Amino acid sequence: MSDAIEVRALEREFGERKALAGVSFEVRQGEAFGLLGPNGGGKTTLFRILATLLPPTRGRASVMGFDVGSQAADVRRQIGVVFQSTSTDRKLTSLENLLYQGAMYGMSGEPLRKRAAELLARFGVLDRAGEYAEKLSGGLRRRVEIAKGILHGPRVLMLDEPSAGLDVGARRELRDVLAGLKKDGTTVLFTTHFMEEAAMCDRVAILDHGKIVALGKPEALCAESGQDVIKVRASDPEGLRAAVAAKFGGSVTVLDGDVRIERSRGHEFVPQLVESFPGQVEAVTVAKPTLEDVFVRRTGRAFGE
Amino acid sequence: MSLLVPAASLAKRELVRFFRQRGRVIGALVTPVMFWLFMGSGLGRSFGGPGGDFLRYAFPGTTTMILLFTCIFSSISIIEDRREGFLQSVIASPAPRAAIVLGKVLGGTLLGFVQAFPFLLLAPTVGLPLTATGLLQAAAVLAVSAFFLASVGFFFAWRSESVAGFHAIMNVVLMPMWLVSGALFPLAGARSWMGWVMRANPMTYGLSAVRTAMMPDDPGPFGLGLSLAVIGACALVAFLACAATVGGERT
Repeated sequence: MSDAIEVRALEREFGERKALAGVSFEVRQGEAFGLLGPNGGGKTTLFRILATLLPPTRGRASVMGFDVGSQAADVRRQIGVVFQSTSTDRKLTSLENLLYQGAMYGMSGEPLRKRAAELLARFGVLDRAGEYAEKLSGGLRRRVEIAKGILHGPRVLMLDEPSAGLDVGARRELRDVLAGLKKDGTTVLFTTHFMEEAAMCDRVAILDHGKIVALGKPEALCAESGQDVIKVRASDPEGLRAAVAAKFGGSVTVLDGDVRIERSRGHEFVPQLVESFPGQVEAVTVAKPTLEDVFVRRTGRAFGE
Repeated sequence: MSLLVPAASLAKRELVRFFRQRGRVIGALVTPVMFWLFMGSGLGRSFGGPGGDFLRYAFPGTTTMILLFTCIFSSISIIEDRREGFLQSVIASPAPRAAIVLGKVLGGTLLGFVQAFPFLLLAPTVGLPLTATGLLQAAAVLAVSAFFLASVGFFFAWRSESVAGFHAIMNVVLMPMWLVSGALFPLAGARSWMGWVMRANPMTYGLSAVRTAMMPDDPGPFGLGLSLAVIGACALVAFLACAATVGGERT
C-alpha cells in the first residue's frame, strides 16, 4: 500500500527566515501521525503546505499520490482539514455550518442532510443542531469543526493543534473521536505541543527550528537511550550540577531550574545521590524518558524554550 | 466539480446572514432614502437641472447608491469571513476558485438588488411614471450594476487585511465612482475635464441606463443599449480580475 503522505526535502522560507529547512518523512495509510514541536518549530507551516494553503519554496509533498502544488484540487478532495482557529460561521447553526461545508465539496440534497445529521448525532451535538454556533462551548464547537472536516469522508484528516484551548475533559473526548476515526481507516495527521497527545500516535515527528530532530514510534523513541531521567530540585541547581558531574560524570544539565541527570538504573542511583550531597536535595523524581526527554536529548534545550 | 453548488450555497449564505442582522437591513434601506430626502428636499429648487427639482433628479442616483452601500457591506463580510476563520475552510475545499468568487459576488448582487428594486416603486412620489417596461429595464440594469460593484468590492476586500484598510479603498475608489456618475450633477453641465472623468467611469453608464429607463422625459446621456453593454463588459472584467486574484494566490 502506498503512503498517504510523502514529504521530500521540503523547505519553506518567509523572506530571510527558514520555517522549514529540509523535511522528509512519510505517513502510512491508516496511521495516526503526530507533528510535535515547540511554537515556531515549523509544524504549522508544514501543516499549511500539506493542506495546500501555502506553496513550498523547495522540495515536494504529496497526499494520496497527488502533489500539493500542481494537483492542489485533487489533494483537497482527499483531505479533511480542521483548523486551530475556528472556522464555523457563528451566525449559522451547527447544522447549517455542515450543510454549507458539504456544498463546498459538491454535496447536496438529502444525502448531505443525512450525513450531516448522522455526524451531529455521533458527536453528541444533534440536540443543539439548531442553535447558532456562537452559543456552543469551546469543546462542542471543536466537535462541529471536526464534523466539518470529515463530512465528505476524506481519506486523510489533518488537524492543526486540535486540543488547543480545550479543557481536560474535552481533550479526552477529542482523543476518543480521533481513535474512532483511525479505527475506521482514516489516516490522521495532527500537530500538537502536548506530549501526552503525541504519545498516543502510531508515529511522531518532532520538529525544531524547521528540522525533524526525531521520528519514530513514541515508545521506541523514549526507550532509545535505555536510561532513566532523574530530576532533582535543589536550592543551588548550578552548584549541584557541577558537583554531580564531577563526582559521577555522565549527562547532567540544569533545565527549567531542575538538575537533570540521565542514568541507567535510576532507582539505585538516587540513594547515592542523596547521601553524597546531604541537605542540598529538596526533591527527587525518577522516571522513564518521555518525548520531552527525547526532545531535550536531541536539542539540548527544554521543550518550552 | 461544478461551479453551481458551491457558488449557490455561498450566495445563499450571504442572504441568510444579512437577514439575521436586523441592523444591517435597516441601515442599508434607511440611509439612502434619508440621504435622498434630505439632499433632494434641501437643494430642492435651487438646482437648475432639466427637471428643475433635485428630489426628482437624484431619484435614479439613489438606486445606485443603495447598490453601492450594500455592495460595500457585503465586501466587508469577506474581510470578516477571513478574520473569523470561515474563509479558511472554503479555501481548503476543492470548490473551484471561480465558484468562491461567484458565490460571494452573486450574494452581494442579490442583496443590492432586493434593496434597490423596491425603491424604484417610489417613483410616482416624484411624478415619474411606473411602467412595466421601464421597471424591467431598470431591474436589469440594477442587477448588472450590482454585479459590477460587488466584483469591484470583492477585488479590493480580498486583499484587505482589515476593515479599516478597506474603508480607505471605499473612500478613494467606490464613493467617488458614485459621486461622478451623474448621480448629483448631469454630464451635460460638467466642465470638460470632469466630463471625461465621468465618461471613463463605468457607473456613469449604469446610472445613465437607470435614468433612461425610469425618466423618459429626462433620459441619461447614453443610449440604453450602449450603457448596458459598457456596464456589462466592466462587470465581466471586474469578475475575471477577482477570479484571477483568488486563483493565483495561495495564502
